[in-house]
Amino acid sequence: MGAVREEEDSGTPRRDTGRPPASRILRVTGPLVEMEYTGGVAMYDLVSIGPARLPGEIVAISGRVVTVQAYEYTGGLAPGQTVLPRGRPLSVRLGPGLLGGIFDGLLRPLSGAGDWLSPGTGRQAPEEPVASFRPFVARGERVAEGQALGEVRTAGPLRLKVLVPPGGGGTVEEIAGAGDHPGDAVVAVVGGTRITAGALWPVRLPRPVRERVDSREALNTGQRVIDLLFPVARGGTVAVPGGFGTGKTMLLQQIAKWCDADVIVYVGCGERGNEMADVITELSELRDPRTGGSLADRTVTVANTSNMPMMAREASVHTGMTVAEYFRDMGLDVVVIADSTSRWAEALREFASRTGALPAEEGYPAGLASAIAAFYERAAAVTTLGGDRGSVTVIGAVSPPGGDMTEPVTAHTERFVRCLWTLDRDLAYARHYPAVSWAGSFSRDVPVLAAGHRTAGDPAWPGRRDRVGAVLTEADRLADLVDLIGIAALPPRERVSVLAGRLVREGVLQQSALSERDAYCGPEKTAALADAVLAVVDRCRELVDAGVPAASVEEVDFGPLLRAREDTGPHDAAGVAERRDAMLAALRGVRP
Amino acid sequence: MSTAGSIEYTAVRELRGPLAVVEGVTGVGWDEYARITLASGERRHGVVLDADRDLAVVQVLEGTAGMDPEGVRAAFTGSPLRVPVGTDWLGRVCNGRGEPLDGGPPVLASRNAEVGGAPINPVRREPPSEPVLTGVGAVDTLTTLVRGQKLPVFSVAGLPHLELAAQIAAQATTAGEAFAVVFAGMGLTHADASFVRDALEERSAAGDLVLLLNTADDPVIERILTPRIALTVAEHLAFTGGRHVLVVLNDMTTYAEALREVSAARGEIPARRAYPGYLYSDLASLYERCGRIRGRPGSVTVLPVLTMPAGDITHPVPDLTGYITEGQIVLSPETHARGVYPPLDALSSLSRLMRKGAGPGRTRDDHLDVAAQLLAALARARQVRDLADLVGRAALSPADRRYLDYEEVFLRDFTDQRSDEPRGLDASLERGWRALLTLPRSRLSMLPAALLDAHGAEDSGAPDDHEETPR
Repeated sequence: MGAVREEEDSGTPRRDTGRPPASRILRVTGPLVEMEYTGGVAMYDLVSIGPARLPGEIVAISGRVVTVQAYEYTGGLAPGQTVLPRGRPLSVRLGPGLLGGIFDGLLRPLSGAGDWLSPGTGRQAPEEPVASFRPFVARGERVAEGQALGEVRTAGPLRLKVLVPPGGGGTVEEIAGAGDHPGDAVVAVVGGTRITAGALWPVRLPRPVRERVDSREALNTGQRVIDLLFPVARGGTVAVPGGFGTGKTMLLQQIAKWCDADVIVYVGCGERGNEMADVITELSELRDPRTGGSLADRTVTVANTSNMPMMAREASVHTGMTVAEYFRDMGLDVVVIADSTSRWAEALREFASRTGALPAEEGYPAGLASAIAAFYERAAAVTTLGGDRGSVTVIGAVSPPGGDMTEPVTAHTERFVRCLWTLDRDLAYARHYPAVSWAGSFSRDVPVLAAGHRTAGDPAWPGRRDRVGAVLTEADRLADLVDLIGIAALPPRERVSVLAGRLVREGVLQQSALSERDAYCGPEKTAALADAVLAVVDRCRELVDAGVPAASVEEVDFGPLLRAREDTGPHDAAGVAERRDAMLAALRGVRP
Repeated sequence: MSTAGSIEYTAVRELRGPLAVVEGVTGVGWDEYARITLASGERRHGVVLDADRDLAVVQVLEGTAGMDPEGVRAAFTGSPLRVPVGTDWLGRVCNGRGEPLDGGPPVLASRNAEVGGAPINPVRREPPSEPVLTGVGAVDTLTTLVRGQKLPVFSVAGLPHLELAAQIAAQATTAGEAFAVVFAGMGLTHADASFVRDALEERSAAGDLVLLLNTADDPVIERILTPRIALTVAEHLAFTGGRHVLVVLNDMTTYAEALREVSAARGEIPARRAYPGYLYSDLASLYERCGRIRGRPGSVTVLPVLTMPAGDITHPVPDLTGYITEGQIVLSPETHARGVYPPLDALSSLSRLMRKGAGPGRTRDDHLDVAAQLLAALARARQVRDLADLVGRAALSPADRRYLDYEEVFLRDFTDQRSDEPRGLDASLERGWRALLTLPRSRLSMLPAALLDAHGAEDSGAPDDHEETPR
């Protein structure tokens, strides 16, 4: 166990040339390790602890005592053992080879590891060979930071750029020729700096961009309730709170599979192992409907299951974010899915409690709100250093204990996100999936996206959304009344409103993740389904206004309309329109 | 269980709750296992909770009662607690620390393993896909347990959850493949402990049971070790020995209380209901040890049993368990009051992996359809019963009245079972069919026509079958 890999350090940015002096452990209690201050260390520097060289990060320096948060099980570590400061912050190796890979919270590949993960055995990813490099620049050209030097092929259809690193730039002194190169090959020398396809980057340091921009383009998730009612802009932030059994993981997996981003970073943070195994298997079996490649080829999975070391959970969300920014900088749209941020917050609490920090609500540290805010703030639509448009959208699950939405993680998260997709236990119990509550969710991106839809050729979008929302609100209001006095006691128009609510819920909002045709729904079909239901509702209203008894309208078989979502393909708006017309024709036959 | 180190430390500076602070130690690591000898010669055991310079804070498993700092000697074993692993455990009855209660010699084996275990690499996990049949009809039919799954039983004080756990432990099988049960009792009363021993005697005699019993008067702290020893033994029987192993953990609420007690003694900052903030991770470190591993035989399936204090499903123990496990089997006081055993609350119960572990090629072709139809009809029957309470049975439509009959057959014939009666899946499914056939064919829309014909479902006859009671 634990021969330190010196090569891991090659090419590592260091503050100075000498290795900082070794230090000794003073205290070990769980993931908290205290070591002696011997100079040459800084906050958030990486250290190797004990004979197994467990990775740890410096989180406090007080007098002669340095506090370290260890990322692996510390059983057996004893005071007096050696700690080696590494002279650089906790960093991960970014590179084209990440796509399709499965990693732990510190971005160490799990595919090559054993059946069980024992402490001290994880390694950073080896550099993948550079496949089919194609240079964009010639020797002697001047390049600036963030500019593309060339591109490489990946296992999937995506081609990735090799960029001049942030802070770099100058004259291209050397550039590799077209073709394959070994993993550690220097593909270019720019201004005296050797540039490889992969590079280390500190996980807690957001990668620089030229500027943040306002996004007016929606992320199409393929889930109707979201795209229609609570859409998120590219570069936006979403929280998904939901108790256990409300289908949270299922919804996030659907989005990971079907949303129209270029790269998905799926961070399984403190969740079930079998579920993770399932995601991994399914992603590799599914085809990307847009490119035809395997869905796994556009996905980077960071798997830190609930029984893996807790502190690595804390790092894993930052790791995922750093990976996302790396792809964003190439001008790609990236989605980070973090399931669940509550487990990350628990790791923060656990460590804060070990350090004896003063607790705020429910034992969480007082810095919880700012930690959550800082995490979500790394999401953005940007102009990259190289001048491209790219975005990182963050979707974070929240697991409120006991379904209590007033608990600190949920309450704080709500304030910092642009969209909230609240999952409702009653809906899930009634097998209404996805169980996104229309009353308890919001999207602050609606106004900008409405403008975006207008210019993109769907000017009816905001009106449609408002009408669907109004139908649901009215039906909810009446539902309480119906429970009390019975449907028969309502006036005809109100009875149609109750019917309208049911048609919207069953014909538009419900969507089966297990269905071949309905798991994903294109924007044109979503619009067509909503329009169809609204048109039918209008006709029903006209009928009762013309004196047709509400009961006769309610008796009409709406099956063809409700089944339209299952009976048509994901983009078949015309098929939906046909069924709408058939339905309207059937209603014509209803007489007073 | 491990060999003790040669150095014995005598300077005990402080005794508080279950903790002993030993001074002047060198080279003692965190989470190391310690042996403590009292002046009387009595042996106790402990775990290092904090290794701070020359101090070691030791949690004494048997408690500190009767300990005098003078004359206490502590030796550290140099590693976290390890237990012997292997087939020698089969057929044994031990206490919560793994020491024999059956009059036999201590369990010895050439191999031992750390009780904390190591996390299974998620990439190496094989998604669970085959059933464990429990011989409890309602469980097998409606919430099929799948090899490698973790499926808890949520109960309330006073319900026969221990009977159910013991029955499952006594009857469970895996279609003739090598199988074993590890039953860990935490905080059982003596009456309960002897009930478990009796109920599982046959299985124990057959050599495919390991019984670990921590009773209510055993040291509280020992309860923290019991499930870990059980799982360590199970992992080895499964992934090295090639058996399918079912681990029953009863009762996890008692376990969590022990954890809370230790946390309080350590002065940790409490989270919900004074349970420690790491309760989720701690429970996960137990439940997540279930699974299957690619390229290895065997499986570990975990069935934790827990009582919800005051029947509150939002209490931290059931709540956090629900977040980790793959479904839940919920027991209901109402069903119990109607004299039905097992008192399953079928509509609240769910096995998330059932879709993968039951049905064609796994159990029986009609299994999933029958289960879905049973539940759908039960949900409708509940609504009808609520309505009947309001308007009276006489005011119900004839079709709705048949739902009330259905619920009766569902409970009395399909669910109800003796606690010593193993019921095969075929027999259970046939009982399910019997219940469904009390309904007219038009109400069995989830079942394919061919199956309905084969079971002689009556044709939708009288037109009033289609009508529902007006609300």
